[in-house]
Amino acid sequence: MATVRFIGVGESKPKRNIRISPKLAAYLQAAPLTVILGVFLALPLLMILVVSFWDYDFAQMYPDFLTMNYVETLGSWVTWKTYLNTLKFAVLVWAITLFIGFWVAYFLAFHIRTTAMQMVLFLVCTVPFLTSNIIRMISWIPVLGRNGLINSGLVNSGLVSEPVEWLLYSDFAVVLAMVHLYTLFMVTPIFNTLMRIDKSLVEAARDAGATSWQVLTNVIIPLAKPGMAIGTIFVVTLVMADFSTVQVMSGGQSASVALMMKNQMSLLQYPAAAANAVVLLILVLSMVAGILRIVDIRKEL
Amino acid sequence: MTDKTNKPSGLTRRSLLKTASAAAGLAAGSGAITGFPTIWAQSKITLRQFGTGVSNINAIAEQCKKDLGITLEMTATDSDAAAQRAVTQPNSYDIADIEYWILKKVYPAGVIQPMDVKKLKYYDKVVPLFKNGKLKPDSVIAQGTAPHTVGYVEKPGTKTFAKSETEWFTMMPTIYNADTLGIRPDLVGREITTWADILDPAFKGKTAILNIPSIGIMDAAMIMEASGKIKYADKGNMTKEEIDKTIAFLIEMKKAGQFRAFWKSFDESVNLMASGEVVIQSMWSPAVAAVRSKGIACKYQPLKEGYRSWGGGLGLAAHLKGAQLDAAYEYINWYTSGWVGGYLNRQGYYSACMDTAKKFMTDDEWGYWIEGKAAKGDILSPEGKVMEKAGAVRDGGSFEDRMGKVACWNSVMDEDRYMVRRWNEFIAA
Repeated sequence: MATVRFIGVGESKPKRNIRISPKLAAYLQAAPLTVILGVFLALPLLMILVVSFWDYDFAQMYPDFLTMNYVETLGSWVTWKTYLNTLKFAVLVWAITLFIGFWVAYFLAFHIRTTAMQMVLFLVCTVPFLTSNIIRMISWIPVLGRNGLINSGLVNSGLVSEPVEWLLYSDFAVVLAMVHLYTLFMVTPIFNTLMRIDKSLVEAARDAGATSWQVLTNVIIPLAKPGMAIGTIFVVTLVMADFSTVQVMSGGQSASVALMMKNQMSLLQYPAAAANAVVLLILVLSMVAGILRIVDIRKEL
Repeated sequence: MTDKTNKPSGLTRRSLLKTASAAAGLAAGSGAITGFPTIWAQSKITLRQFGTGVSNINAIAEQCKKDLGITLEMTATDSDAAAQRAVTQPNSYDIADIEYWILKKVYPAGVIQPMDVKKLKYYDKVVPLFKNGKLKPDSVIAQGTAPHTVGYVEKPGTKTFAKSETEWFTMMPTIYNADTLGIRPDLVGREITTWADILDPAFKGKTAILNIPSIGIMDAAMIMEASGKIKYADKGNMTKEEIDKTIAFLIEMKKAGQFRAFWKSFDESVNLMASGEVVIQSMWSPAVAAVRSKGIACKYQPLKEGYRSWGGGLGLAAHLKGAQLDAAYEYINWYTSGWVGGYLNRQGYYSACMDTAKKFMTDDEWGYWIEGKAAKGDILSPEGKVMEKAGAVRDGGSFEDRMGKVACWNSVMDEDRYMVRRWNEFIAA
């Protein structure tokens, strides 16, 4: 047997065979994600939880185990009112974005025939998102203001004699801006599920004598549920955590949970804000858990 | 020149020193350093200044470098962060540029050392307002954290403030002003004379107050007292009961729709006023100037109850000693020697040593800003922008007219935490 040997290489060593048990391999594969989630998610959350039991004054926090922050947070009617207000925004924005999002996605998926055109129109939907969130929000102010576009249009055309006041710095303005900001988060997942619906199902339903309405309620909507659920999770968590839209569009007249936290943080009352964050986290997580129980989103994945 | 204001989390100290020394080299190369070959230029002394007041005026750092050779590293923060930093990181700064109510909070922590008035060259020139609370001998001492009440200690090392003037000054006053309500004279349609005018049903939905609890509550107190609903023992230090009454009243007004908005930042107040969303609101003097610079009429209306005032100064960090301490004294003496005072006066603030500032202002500028006379020519800002046309008169008139009518000073209350909680209830209501 002729072997080619290079000078200086020496005898070829027997190949080292690294054997890892399948168990270890599984752990190693999971390790990177565990480390990332551990360091950037679990650890900070743990710290927030710990800090929420500390004492504080204007300058410093003192490690302690006090339930005072929770008692103050949960014992105040402001907290309850603020949570209710935030939930009200969440429900309103969710219902409106779901309605608009579904019909936009439906139009894109079933009324546009070529895939190329579908993609073009979908990209058109995303165009406004090339600008920053804040700019899109603030640009409503000159439109809705007392001397804004809408009001000057209405007054000049003689439809109203006095400018309409509730357009800006009101709950209406907050909901409008939020719907504008978050509808795409509803369109995308619903569009995705609708695209996967086998068209022959619709044809079969028609052959079986279903009306358009029946096709919609018995075939399309049930199959679109996972997309709606994902969109719902996006929109609800975004609205629950929002502070800038509420602050800017309500002119400081309305409060949201995150805004309350921000106020506390700007006054360096970190433990109080941490307690608030823990309460909000529990609430949002249970909302997400509820959504997941109702709809099995794994169908989509 | 380079930008020497660094954000709290911005540049590292090392890179800042590098740019600063590069700037110094540049200045030396271009022949910018003319006189003043002081020792500081040779030993390259750097002073780190942080705070709320004038820490964001780069021109001052540039002039300081030119005149003294001392490099100033400036860090600007908001007032709550400044209070926190003063106490928790006492070695991170040499000079604290803070307001008097913050000083009241942080001085007892032992992080600021008092100044020997004998080393302060222009101590005699400091206006009496900061020494005994009276601008003129017959003035009434205002409520709140008046600067003279926290201005002195008996001797270094004590944590309590002295009752009257002593040899040990806690802070050299630098900048102060009197705040009031801003109005749109073209839209209010009548004379505004009192803080209570903001409650006029005619302005329903056209008013705003600021949503910064510690200052907002003072404006609210001025309004409420002016309307005759309550008489405070000390607006600057309310009892729980007084806080409750004030907040209840604010909530009632909010529910009735009196307010259009609650602003948090300077630019919000400018936009509210410029767009005509509000016609009368809490405002700061530079915001009034900003609205006027858009060509929109706006007036910083003097009111019969007087002004809500604020003031800040420079304090020495407790760790300063030796050459660094000498440099800090020299810096403060330079600061009060006039150039900075003139600069601040021309911005519409007031300098604590008026006599020295006068030399750095033209007669017309002095007449307009300080004496309340009509401007003979255009009044320029320190950056050279036209602020007022010839013939204009400053709102509120002369220095003595404005600072002589201070009703209360910005302050920190004993029931601070309770007040903030109730204020949040008002915003949520």
